[in-house]
Amino acid sequence: MKHKIKAFVLVALVVSFLLAIFISPFASPNPDGLERVAEDKGFIELAEERVAWQSSPIPDYLFPGIGSESVATGVAGMIGVVITFGAAYFVAIILKGREG
Amino acid sequence: MHIPDGFLDVKTMAATAALASGAVGYGLKKAGEELGEKQVPLLGVTAAFIFAAQMLNFPIAAGTSGHFLGAFLAAVMLGPWLSAAAITVVLFIQMLIYADGGLLALGANVFNMAIIGGVVVYYIFAALRPILVKSRARFLGSVAFFSWLSVVMASAFCALEIAISGYSPVKVVLPAMLSVHVIIGIGEAIITTIVVGMVLSARPDLVKAYPLDLREEGKMGGAANEA
Repeated sequence: MKHKIKAFVLVALVVSFLLAIFISPFASPNPDGLERVAEDKGFIELAEERVAWQSSPIPDYLFPGIGSESVATGVAGMIGVVITFGAAYFVAIILKGREG
Repeated sequence: MHIPDGFLDVKTMAATAALASGAVGYGLKKAGEELGEKQVPLLGVTAAFIFAAQMLNFPIAAGTSGHFLGAFLAAVMLGPWLSAAAITVVLFIQMLIYADGGLLALGANVFNMAIIGGVVVYYIFAALRPILVKSRARFLGSVAFFSWLSVVMASAFCALEIAISGYSPVKVVLPAMLSVHVIIGIGEAIITTIVVGMVLSARPDLVKAYPLDLREEGKMGGAANEA
């Protein structure tokens, strides 16, 4: 019962792309739990202070320069899946190399 | 619950950054041991799936949403220390590219979500596993409970850090964070249980936390059916 890993990874990757590209535009735009608490308890304005890194190329998961918000979100999601897969794969190769 | 820089003071950032880098550094050493041939692409795709799933905010109450965390899912699939590596990669990319969570607060975010939500909750689960997990159904039930707990615990630490920073009294921010995240945690439990259940049906060998004796039973059942 020795299976190859490739087919599983491919299916999971396709699912991730589908979620990030086609489902993410339907995500709730409302503040998340922490943002809601920060608004209710009056410290949300602190989020704008002391922002150390201000050069994020795709802020708020909207790819800049695209008129349609849905498309901008989907593109941002697609790019994120590629980069995250690549980065984590790279980390795993480094870890494995160090082990061997 | 990605904390922006402004929600934490310098001492809390420094302390959480030290804790997080110590834990992740130790974890990367341990992760080398968890890393087989299969885990290289598996780490990649787990991180990619968690990134995608974290984008999908679901409504939980009027004007509030929650989203998937995935730390316990990663720990169940990969083992606790590789899961810490996966979540740290996701948080780093979200901060760097999407301005989600602060650079100076990255240590706190890694500590809350990857270390508390992933590693610590996983070890609580692992300690209780011999009592709790005696069948596939009980395994999935445990996955549901501990994935819920991972979100609640991470949110509690997030609240404590904001309180220690002096930006909101602990008796205000802690109950507020807990009451929202006990609801968001239900979403976490549903998603995690569905995903683990699906992987368990297709490839039980890839669910690292699934006890070996249950896998053997599954195989023997299969063999008996064939005979």
